[in-house]
Amino acid sequence: MKKSKKWPFFVLAILILVSCYLVFFGISYKTADGETKVIVKGADSIRWGIDIRGGVDATFTPADGYKATSEEMDAAQSIIEVRLIAQGITDYEVYSDKANNRIIVRFPWKVGDTTLNAEKAIKELGDTALLTFRERKEGDEGLIPAFGGNVIIEGKDLVKAELAFQPNQATGANEAVVSFKLTPEGAKKFKEGTEKNIGKDISIWMDEQLISFPRVSSVIAEGEGIIQGNFTPESAKALADKINGGALPFKLETGNYSTISPTLGMDAKDAMVMAGIIAFVLVCAYMLIQYRLPGFIAIFALIGQLVFMIGAVTKIFPAYNSFTLTLPGIAGIILGIGMGVDANIISAERIKEEIRAGKSIDGAVSLGFERALSAIFDGNVTVIIIAVILMGAFGPPDSFCVKIFQPLFFMFGKATAGSIYSFGYTLLMGVIANMIVGVYASRAMLRGASKLKCFRKEWMYGGKK
Amino acid sequence: MFDFYGKRKIFFSISVVLVVATFLFAAIFGVQLDIQFKGGSLMTYTYEDNVDFNVVEKEISTLMGKINVNVQHGESAANGVKTFTVSLAQKEGLSPDDQIKVNEKLVELFPNSKIEVLSVNNVDATIGGEFLKKSIIAVIVAAIIMIIYIGIRFRKIGGWSAGVMAVLALFHDVFMVFAIFVFFKIPLNDNFIAVILTILGYSLNDTIVIYDRIRENERSMSRKLPLAEIVNTSINQSLGRAFGTTFATALAMITVAVVAGLYGISSIITFAIPMIAGIVSGLYSSVCITGPLWVVWENKFPSKNNATREKR
Repeated sequence: MKKSKKWPFFVLAILILVSCYLVFFGISYKTADGETKVIVKGADSIRWGIDIRGGVDATFTPADGYKATSEEMDAAQSIIEVRLIAQGITDYEVYSDKANNRIIVRFPWKVGDTTLNAEKAIKELGDTALLTFRERKEGDEGLIPAFGGNVIIEGKDLVKAELAFQPNQATGANEAVVSFKLTPEGAKKFKEGTEKNIGKDISIWMDEQLISFPRVSSVIAEGEGIIQGNFTPESAKALADKINGGALPFKLETGNYSTISPTLGMDAKDAMVMAGIIAFVLVCAYMLIQYRLPGFIAIFALIGQLVFMIGAVTKIFPAYNSFTLTLPGIAGIILGIGMGVDANIISAERIKEEIRAGKSIDGAVSLGFERALSAIFDGNVTVIIIAVILMGAFGPPDSFCVKIFQPLFFMFGKATAGSIYSFGYTLLMGVIANMIVGVYASRAMLRGASKLKCFRKEWMYGGKK
Repeated sequence: MFDFYGKRKIFFSISVVLVVATFLFAAIFGVQLDIQFKGGSLMTYTYEDNVDFNVVEKEISTLMGKINVNVQHGESAANGVKTFTVSLAQKEGLSPDDQIKVNEKLVELFPNSKIEVLSVNNVDATIGGEFLKKSIIAVIVAAIIMIIYIGIRFRKIGGWSAGVMAVLALFHDVFMVFAIFVFFKIPLNDNFIAVILTILGYSLNDTIVIYDRIRENERSMSRKLPLAEIVNTSINQSLGRAFGTTFATALAMITVAVVAGLYGISSIITFAIPMIAGIVSGLYSSVCITGPLWVVWENKFPSKNNATREKR
């Protein structure tokens, strides 16, 4: 048998406690300019789901059963995005489900905003967009044009806008531009407008939101124009989508949405965090009373698993976005606390048995873990399968698990990440933590601790006094 | 040592009675689907005092064109916040315009009660139906994978007859989750699916541990010993671990259920209580049902392994 030493116990115990501090409180420092720089994210950086911070989840379809084309859906999606940004909401999710003619939107409340009327906000998101091309207001000399200049043309004068490529006059390289086509009536108005504003800019607005202000370099008389700029193909497509949004012949409506006020969720979150702390203390107490030294080691292992789970949610480093944690997601973490001592219980029971059968402490400890391994593996494999199915069936369309399950669920419409998705994620992370920390760290720690003089009594392992 | 095989009739009866009672209850009172699955409209408001719920039902019914309206009210035991929930008996969700009308009407009816929207849930019947189908497929896929896993795993530890017992135990545990929804009249929702799936993955564990032990003891104990003795010994040896794990997991979930109950967080109550039932049932089915039932089976149709054993 390999000779084991005491030090792994101390090293791992300290490592676990330090990482516990880090994952909950993080590391950050203040720069000379008073800015806070984050190196390691703490638990306060967790992004909460809309069931906690409040928000809206809505599925829009074109009104009156209008069957929209793929381009029209792109345009409609970009209207919603522009409007959300105009409201100051930046961490939204918008997906268009072209197969089912739907656009799915989810966005949280702005922090501290309690006055927002959710139903009104949903209604306004779906309203027909008012697109206008305007000239500068009298006396407006600003770098960026202000709203309110005379309207040259509006959405109904537009046929379509699209991404195009043309050689750059200076360099000759092909560059992305937005080309647009106007109706005959629009062409007439635009001819007058460009004549009057040559050398100046014409601003393009969706509702009251500025989306572009190209300079007029020549009169556009034929109703077909080009907007140049330092576009990438993506940014040119985005602008074309927005302009098309103003020419959409339909508005969006919804009978499928939920809104949650921020007060409801925040209280519930605090309650659940409290439940987590109580559950943690109870499970630790149970382990200590029932299993003595292996139970004491289990507490460290459990803290280690908790660190792993929280770290998997915050993603630790500022470069990665935090996973969205919902109420069932928190419940999943607490379930993980309960299931997380499984490995320790199996081995502690086996060690107790071996000691009562007359084995030495060292022999019992190493045999106990050996026997436990296959049982732990069994239990965990099935839960991993389940967690992946949960994430695959109920995740947002761009998530990994949803993509691998696409062949199974292809016939169903897309949806934003439901609260079950978050549960699947924390369940999965809990099981992985259990396999890594629960099994290997516990074993190394218990072997180390069992070499300490004060722990060399059989009573400590469930034997007789 | 506890004689699980000897007491088998009691255990089998308990399970049978629970299953039959659940079916009867479901047949008499029906099983409801949450609006998540069938479509509809549900809104919750906070208020301070003096709201006449009969008036709410009547006025909203009139406003929305004579549909059935149901109001339920509650109060959080932990912080005293009072809420009421309005549900409309219709298949489609309200349009945002109608929703605004309902919200404004309530404030207008009771201007001094500080009525505020807590949450609104409108589900389109088509989208709800899709969600239901997707959930059912997820459960079926999970069940098939579990059965395949059992098939592979039990080839080594007791053969296909033991595998059938393990599948039976899974159905038993999933059914107990369903029973909670039926008895407490909780409409089946996404939590139901989440719990069913979790239990499918979780509850197999205990059964495998016990059969692993049976396999081990079949080799080490006398070949003449009745199977019932071996199974009893194996269950008793595995009991400490099975109970310990179940107790720790249930303890965590009970804490969640109690706190959620005090604060009135219904989305978590309907998650935690069925989960507890599934966890406890997982222990019960693997300890009290599958082992003894397997002995009954093997006594009737002995497999090669157990052919030489005495019967009890």
